[in-house]
Order: sequence, then structure tokens, then C-alpha cells
Amino acid sequence: MQSKVGLDFEKVRLAKSLAEKVAVEVQAFVERYTTVATERTIARALGIDGVDESAVPLPNVLVEQLKEKGVLSQGVMFYIANAMLATGLTPQQIAEKIANEGYDITKEAKVTDPVKLQQVVQPVIDATIEKIRNNRLRREKYVAEYGEDRARPYIYVIVATGNIYEDVVQAQAAARQGADIIAVIRTTGQSLLDYVPYGATTEGFGGTFATQENFRIMRKALDEVGEELHRYIRLCNYCSGLCMPEIAIMGALEGLDVMLNDALYGILFRDINMQRTLIDQYFSRIINGFAGVIINTGEDNYLTTADAIEAAHTVLASDLINEQLALFAGLPEEQMGLGHAFEMDPMHKNGFLLELAQAQMTREIFPNAPLKYMPPTKFMTGNIFRGHIQDALFNIIGIWTHQGLQLLGMPTEAIHTPFMSDRFLSIENANYIFNNLHDIGEEVEFKEGGIIRSRAKEVLDNAINLLQEMTSEGLFNTLEQGKFGDVKRPKNGGKGLDGVTEKGANYMNPFIELMKGRK
Amino acid sequence: MSEGLYSMEAKNYDKTLDLKKVKPYGDTMNDGKVQLSFTLPVPAGPEAIEAAKQLLKKMGFENPLVVFSQELTPGFTFFNCYGSSTMTVNYADIYVPKVESKTMSMEATDEFIQEKIGRPLVVVGASTGTDAHTVGIDAIMNMKGYAGHYGLERYKMIEAYNLGSQVPNEEFLARAIELKADALLVSQTVTQKDVHIQNLTNLIELMDAEGLRDKMIVVCGGARISHELAKELGYDAGFGTNTYADDVASFIAEEFVKRHNK
Repeated sequence: MQSKVGLDFEKVRLAKSLAEKVAVEVQAFVERYTTVATERTIARALGIDGVDESAVPLPNVLVEQLKEKGVLSQGVMFYIANAMLATGLTPQQIAEKIANEGYDITKEAKVTDPVKLQQVVQPVIDATIEKIRNNRLRREKYVAEYGEDRARPYIYVIVATGNIYEDVVQAQAAARQGADIIAVIRTTGQSLLDYVPYGATTEGFGGTFATQENFRIMRKALDEVGEELHRYIRLCNYCSGLCMPEIAIMGALEGLDVMLNDALYGILFRDINMQRTLIDQYFSRIINGFAGVIINTGEDNYLTTADAIEAAHTVLASDLINEQLALFAGLPEEQMGLGHAFEMDPMHKNGFLLELAQAQMTREIFPNAPLKYMPPTKFMTGNIFRGHIQDALFNIIGIWTHQGLQLLGMPTEAIHTPFMSDRFLSIENANYIFNNLHDIGEEVEFKEGGIIRSRAKEVLDNAINLLQEMTSEGLFNTLEQGKFGDVKRPKNGGKGLDGVTEKGANYMNPFIELMKGRK
Repeated sequence: MSEGLYSMEAKNYDKTLDLKKVKPYGDTMNDGKVQLSFTLPVPAGPEAIEAAKQLLKKMGFENPLVVFSQELTPGFTFFNCYGSSTMTVNYADIYVPKVESKTMSMEATDEFIQEKIGRPLVVVGASTGTDAHTVGIDAIMNMKGYAGHYGLERYKMIEAYNLGSQVPNEEFLARAIELKADALLVSQTVTQKDVHIQNLTNLIELMDAEGLRDKMIVVCGGARISHELAKELGYDAGFGTNTYADDVASFIAEEFVKRHNK
């Protein structure tokens, strides 16, 4: 490939091998542990759903019991399989028995032969695998039937009313206006809940609870409007926080298409313990990979706290690490929505050129990834008129450098969650620019020694330096030192560490084998 | 839309500025011109435009003009409109409570604290409650600051502790006591359904209950926060948009001196 910004691809290879070294160390750690969220995910994958009489989800009831008995390290699969052998009940019935009768599942665990255990759960596992595979085929069939213009970024907008039924009205309107991806923003604080709420919900702050029923309601609504429009409308949610892999399995079961799913975001911006998040991201990405879900990483957030010009290389370094961790989880490049953002101070001279350089550089470093490009937020002031122009510049870079998922900026960013009309204006803005500048990227190369080529080189060089430091320090130390987003996090600090445990002798999770790197 | 170039209407109104009767200004004094946009939950068409015009009249606009309308999705129509306001306000008699401190530079504030207090002030800040956004508290506290205004961490005479986001009020206060805070900064970015009001009120109630309210200077900030609102909720000051670390630091230093020199 000929680089438009004069990238030295030898350096790109070096950067990737350094990131791989960082990721190898993390991976070696991750594979030795499990978490309460990972175990609840296995419970859900075995068909356990619903809540007890005090609204505690049954996966929590089950996992809490294992934790109380001090045997979480053996994992849900081992105990459920044993209980199935002993009682002949389904996993759901077993979970209900625990909730209703205080049944002690750990008492039944007499069989340790993994072959025998896997045999009894195999039909349940197969049903789940089949369901997720069918959701994937369903998406592929729609996309094949309707077709897509892949030179344009997907137009990605959010709805955030708090009420799933009102979200449906907003989402269908957005789809008719031209949106390709609808993200239902989660209610403030959901990332810190150590359970996933149940059922359809109509109350939320700044967003709507992610629940399996809400996923189902929105999926149905988008399929309806997609059939009306002859376009496939993708549904996005947030596979992050303390329930990361649980959200992944729920999304896979309900046919979601895009998931925010970052290895580091929760650590930095939600103060979730780093061990917990890194363990959880592994299984969640295996699931997302298998389900054909595009993951979005959250590097754009670094630039809301750190300076977009000074810290550009931290975004690239983190993208490179996220890529390697995703590869370890078997997630194909075509599903890696690696993140970056247009967050430079609009008053910076030639800021557009620097941004263009970085976007094109990112495009070339990850040629197969549907990059996720985030709009200006930090320097949106409430001046909606200037904001609309900032968003226009952002859209120009999006089409020029073939970003994959363009989260449209709203002129009313920093004022309120979008009105129906805000979304209309933003989609009109993007459609105008994407059409009017459709092939500009193929027409223009950048001057040798000019601002754009020099910037791309500078950012890549700085990222390599940072990665070099990280290979000697390790990811955990790097995070403790505040290298990303200027945020420092201690290895044993943050939320959710008490839900981490080392895997025991009888631990098994056949889903990893069945899903990782497979279709 | 402009009264100037295209309009043949006589401008038979008084064109002198009267601060007791101020009207919006388009391009001629007292023309009253306002632009506004909104959506009505009705299908597009002549009836929709008429509905928008009637609404404008009820809002007190003369010569309502619907210059653009577009159906956003079946049953919802968006309008861009102009009209001449018939309303006036008495600007001369307006009183707005403001933060009564003189904003000093970082160096001047450091000097002021050194001279008048003689020890660094301890300032503890957080984005509290369920609010996950750190952008506001970071803009004020981080070393780097925002838009060329260095943050409190860079002040020699301020010991700044940024506790980050989603800090429960109870934990915030516990840390404040532990750190012997002189001042607390609360940032609130998420304001949907007035969640920030409840959260801000809750902090003051907790402080009252613990007998802490008079022992610390308590300041809140955020895009939707005004000094007036802050005072109403029981805070010492509120900082909205276009205020920076130097405004906050100056206020805290001056307020501290004012209280302790009584």
C-alpha cells in the first residue's frame, strides 16, 4: 500500500510488535483468572435469566452463592453441570431452585470428569451457539440484500430519553433521516452496577438501562424501520463497566451489531479495577467476535481529559494495544472499531491539518478496521452555530479518510441530549458532506515534508517511544503512572476487585473454545 | 427577514434605545427581531405552517415568518422562524447576584494566600453523585487547566485533590474531613431531569447534619450552574460557563480571608 501521508510501514510493524509484547503479558495474566461478571455471563449463556422476588437477577443469585461458599474459582459451569447430572433439571430450573428454596448447588458437585460434565451441558451450549450464529446470519442476509456504500462512514447517532418506548420513536425517526447505527446511551451510573437490570424500563438519567428486554424492543423497532427503508439499521450498546461480558452475551442473543468494548476505558474513566476489566474484556470480546459484533474502543475519551495535540500518540498506542488484545480474543480486524476523536482546540492554527494527518495515519495503520471516529465535545461551547461548523469539519475528515463509524456531533452538544431536530440537522450535515466530497480521499496526496506528513510521522514516533517504555514497564505500571488520559489508577484500587478470583482445578468454560475466532 | 434591504414597510416605531424598555435587536433599534426553531408533533403542510405562526403570535411575536419547515419523521415537523417581539424588559432595574471577588492571576493568588493566610489552602474537588463526567472538574483542577488558564494543581499555595467522577457525597465528605479541606469543589455535568439539583442539595444537607457547613467553603460548577442557583442551594458560589480556575481560586482565597479575619 502506498501511504498518502508518507508513513514508514517498517515503523508500523515495529509499533505492532511492541504492542503485542505488552498484550502478551496482559493475556498471560488474564487467562489465569475469572470474575463474577464472567461467571454470570456463563450462567446467561446456559439460558439462566429472570429475577428472584427481590428483583435480583438469577445469574447473580447463582454466582453469589458460589462466592459465599468460597468456590467461585471452580466456576459456574462445573457446578451447573454437576447439578444437572444430579437433579436432571435445566440450568434455569436449578437457578430458580436456588432462588426459591435456597438449594445449595455446591453440595452436588461430586463429578470432576470434564468430559462427563461437558456432555450433560452440551445441548444447552449448542442451543446458545446456534441462536447467536443465527443472529449473525440474519444480519448478513439483510446486509447482502440491501447493500451498503462502504466508502462512506456509517452514520452513527445516539438516543437517550431514558424510556425505551420513547427511544424507539427517536431511533426510527433517526433511521428515516439517514442514520445507519443507533446507540441507546445507558443511564448514568449503570457501568458501576454489578448486575444487569431486568425487563423493559422507562426511567433513566441521561440514558436508558441496558436490559435484555430493552435490546429486544429496540432490535424489533430497527428491523421494522429497516424493512421500510431497505437499509439495515445497526443497534449499538455499551459493553463496558462491571457487567462487560454479560452485556456482550445479551447483545449476542438479541442481535446487536455494535458494542462499546474497550480494554482500558473502564479503568481510566470509571475507576473500575484494572485486573477486573482486563479479565472481563477477554471473554466479552470472544463473544463479540463470534457474534459478528463491531466493537468500539474508547480512546477518544483520553482527549477529553488530556490535550488532543500533546496526547495524540497515547490514542495511537492504546489503539495498538486494544488491537492486540482483541486479536488474542479472536476478534477479526473487520470488527475492530478502534477509537479516536476530533478534539483539538478549534482556535489552534492548522488544527484541521493535524487532525487530517492523524485520521489518515490511523486509517493506514489499521487498514481493515472500521475506525470509530468521535466528534468534538470538549470545545463545544453552546454556540450551536459554530458547533455545527466544527461538526462539518469533523465530517469532512470522516469521508476523506474513510472512517468506519462516524458518531455524529450535535450542534447542541454540551446543552442537552439530542432533540429530534438536532439529529436531523446533524445527519443532513453529514449526508451533504459525505456526498459532496465522496471521493476526495482518492484525489489528494500530501506534500513531502509538509505539515500533514510531518505530523503523521511525529505521532507514530511518539507512540513507538511510549510503547517501548511500556514493554519494559508493563501495562499495569503504565496505568498506575497515568500515561493514558492523564488518569492514574492503582493496580489494586478501583471498583470490582473483590469479584476477581484465580481459576481452580475444576474450572471450565467450553464457550471459549467454541466461540474464539470462529463464526 | 431583515427590516433593512427587503422591507418596504415604514418603520413607524421609536428607534431610540430606552434601557427601561429593551427589545431584541436585528438590524434596527427596537425592531424586536428574534429567530427561533422548534418542532411540532404534526405532519408537514400548510396547516403545520399556520400552526407555527399561531404559536408565534401567542408567544408575543408580530409578523411571524416561517422561513423553513421540514417533516423530520411522519407526524413531526421542524420550523425555522422569525418574528418581532412585542415584549420589553426593564434592563435598568435588573439585579443579578454575582460572585463578589476580584479575579487574580495564578501568581497573584499564590502571593495573596502566602501573605494573608501563610499556608496552602486545601481544595478537594470531584464530580459527585452518579455523574461520570470529569471534564468540568479537570478543567478547573488539572495541572494543565483549560483554555490557557492553569488548573489548581499548578498553584503553589493550593493543595488540590481531584477525586474524579462518580464520587458519592458521603465518600466525598469523608475524604474532605480526612484531607482537612478548606474548600470543596463540586462539578455537575449531567443535568437531565434536574439530577444535579437533587445531588447538590443532598451534599449541603449532609454537611448541615454533620455540622460541617460553616467549616468549609463550598463551591459548585458546571455548564448549567449559575451563581444565583448555587446560592439558592446553599453554596458559597457557583461557576458556570466561561469561568476558569483563576476565578475559582481567587474566590476561595478571598472568601477564606474574609471569613477568618472577622
